[in-house]
Amino acid sequence: MFKPMKLAVAALALVLAGPLAAQDGEPQSGGTLNVVVQPEPPSLMIGLIQNGPTQMVAGDIYESFLRYNFDLTPEPQLAESWEISDDGKTYTFHLREGVVFHDGEPFTSEDAKFSIDVFLRETHSRMRTYLEHVESIETPDDHTIVFNLKNPFGPFLGIFETGTAPMLPKHIYEGTDFANNPANNTPIGTGPFKFDEWVKGSYIHFVKNEDYYMDGLPYVDEVYYHIIPDAASRAVAYETGKVDVLSGGSIENFDVPRVREMDNTCVTEKGFEYFGPHSWIWINLNNKPLDDLKVRQAMMHALDRQFARDALWNGLGKVATGPVSSATKFYAEDTPDIGYDPEKAKALLEESSYDGETIRLLGLPYGETWQRWAEAVKQNLTEIGMSVEIVPSDVAGWNQKVSDRDFDLAFTYLYQYGDPALGVSRSYMGDNAEPGSPWNNVANYQNPELDKLWDEAALMADPEERRAAYKTIQDQIVSDVPNLWLLELGFPTIYRCNIKNPVNTAFGVNDGFRFVWIDQK
Amino acid sequence: MRDFWKRFRYNRGAVIGLFILALVIITAILAPIVFPQSPWKMVQRPFLPPFEQEGLLLGTDALGRDVLAGLAHGAYVSLLVGLVSTIVALAIGVPVGACAGYFAGRIDDALMRFTEFFQTIPSFALAIVLLAIFQPSLTFVIIAIAVVSWPPVARLVRGEVLSLRTREFVEAATLSGLGNTQIILRHILPNALPPIIVLASLMIAQAILLESSLSFLGLGDPNIMSWGYMIGAARTVIRTAWWLSFLPGMAILLTVLALNLIGEGLNDALNPRLTRKSE
Repeated sequence: MFKPMKLAVAALALVLAGPLAAQDGEPQSGGTLNVVVQPEPPSLMIGLIQNGPTQMVAGDIYESFLRYNFDLTPEPQLAESWEISDDGKTYTFHLREGVVFHDGEPFTSEDAKFSIDVFLRETHSRMRTYLEHVESIETPDDHTIVFNLKNPFGPFLGIFETGTAPMLPKHIYEGTDFANNPANNTPIGTGPFKFDEWVKGSYIHFVKNEDYYMDGLPYVDEVYYHIIPDAASRAVAYETGKVDVLSGGSIENFDVPRVREMDNTCVTEKGFEYFGPHSWIWINLNNKPLDDLKVRQAMMHALDRQFARDALWNGLGKVATGPVSSATKFYAEDTPDIGYDPEKAKALLEESSYDGETIRLLGLPYGETWQRWAEAVKQNLTEIGMSVEIVPSDVAGWNQKVSDRDFDLAFTYLYQYGDPALGVSRSYMGDNAEPGSPWNNVANYQNPELDKLWDEAALMADPEERRAAYKTIQDQIVSDVPNLWLLELGFPTIYRCNIKNPVNTAFGVNDGFRFVWIDQK
Repeated sequence: MRDFWKRFRYNRGAVIGLFILALVIITAILAPIVFPQSPWKMVQRPFLPPFEQEGLLLGTDALGRDVLAGLAHGAYVSLLVGLVSTIVALAIGVPVGACAGYFAGRIDDALMRFTEFFQTIPSFALAIVLLAIFQPSLTFVIIAIAVVSWPPVARLVRGEVLSLRTREFVEAATLSGLGNTQIILRHILPNALPPIIVLASLMIAQAILLESSLSFLGLGDPNIMSWGYMIGAARTVIRTAWWLSFLPGMAILLTVLALNLIGEGLNDALNPRLTRKSE
């Protein structure tokens, strides 16, 4: 019945070889890891809450079938191997044997089926939309689980990560009220660390899972997640040695240069490949003169994004070339050029229907960096002869104005979840443009042909066909300039250099610290 | 007039204040000529320290904008806000105070209760609330400052008018058949002017401080380069680039100090009988 595909290879050896290869020195066991988490998570039960801080902390406790390395290739975790049928409609996962939950109960395919089919279907809205493509889930034996899909769904193999499909203990949750189960306060999973204590407003303490199924892992004995509400104090906590790892975005951009200059300090931009945080300026295509392609092209060429990257983002991140982040699958190179060229911008504006109208620019109310960025963009546009006015707002005001489409230009940034069908199409599809949400097709970009292609591409079984479809889509969108793409944001994870391996997958610090070890010197 | 200047000059602090203020005014007038480019223009690499690069005497800020150009253009904004909002506050406070003092009785009660209503709310908090309701643009900043600073004017004018309205010259004017408006405008207010002028000079200083505080909190007009904005924007980098907050801070300090010194000098000059004997 199954014809295993070339890509889906059982590769247990990779698990250990992959992330640890090319690391310095022999891993040492022992030690305490001090990490900062911002803000304090509302709960650690990842089946119920999936916001940033919960994912980060709960990534040590819960696991899913797969992990994804920096180019988003799946690697085995709870699933040792997997097969996809040729028609792309049947996915079979072979689960690892001998895995136990933190309370000693074995993990089987029944737990997996319960987690996905019952628990997450009820509690996890993003998972629920993915499960619409699933016809049935079977468990032929204790260590095999089979998903029968209604249609091929390209991104399907990308959803088996801890934040989307965490494996939960059936024996604890079956038949209970999931949201109010007292066990939510003492989370139990299969991961490398066990929950010990949570002092609200202060710290969360995890200890090593002695029965972990990966030999010799984890290396460190315990992990403390420190809760420090003020950004400046978080920087100070690192400077004074209270914490050793600052997750990306947990201190302000302007503090980064000072902190990264410190002795024994390493910085990595990696670990955001799955999220692919992509920033751009929405153009309200309902408003004149922004419906004129020439005006939009002029604005695009007017923006000095390299300068914004260097001056505001400490040289981290990349200048975006279009709607898809280069970390996301099916990113297309050689899309039409949208680089900084003020002379060309002036010429385009000259030819356009722009007639001195004042353009309202809505900044993102996320602190100083974004305020300065709005000022820089305003200045760029002023220099090609446009009249721009910055509209100040708070977070609620921003949500309101963007939802009501009460703006001309508006800053934003969104995650891409590794696949254009999961994180990009929502911003460009014509039937997703209803006012009322700040997260859909806010610009009101309408292109019926591309809508059709987006739909088709999501359901293609062959990755090469999908790649070609997304290339067509990206070329077309970039030449239509419905938004002003800015940067693929770079969030630095800052850590002491003797902490080895804090970031080893596309999920960064969210993926658990099973491979982390501390060089005690 | 000559006496006035003589008495003003007697207060040395006031002369220094006048000198500083004149400098600030000249800077504000010359700013568009000396720095014809927008102060928002990004001219050099960010965080250039002062006295390092020719043509950029005071260095650059977080976006590589010329700090000196920002200070010069900011002088214009500060003076404009100070002056206009004070004029608006006087335009509200003087008539209210004059009517209350002159007509007394129920009108006085009504107007003073209305004034007290504004005085019971801390002025800075009220300004923040007003700007949160309206769009923070330069016009609304001026209006907000005027709205919170007129009550003291009204109370001062009322007091002056109350003491003047029973004088003989007012009675004479009444007997000669002049209307109330004529009496207030021609006979009472000119005599109440000296303390109002002194108060006005202090109100300008107060308004400049208020505008700076509002901009510092991010409630100013984001499209206008003002001293308060410069400090607010530089506050986050105070550990690495202290001069970015220090320089506009000094500008505010000196201007407000100058206005206070002038106010004191005016007080001495306009109320010769009150001049301190010890000097």
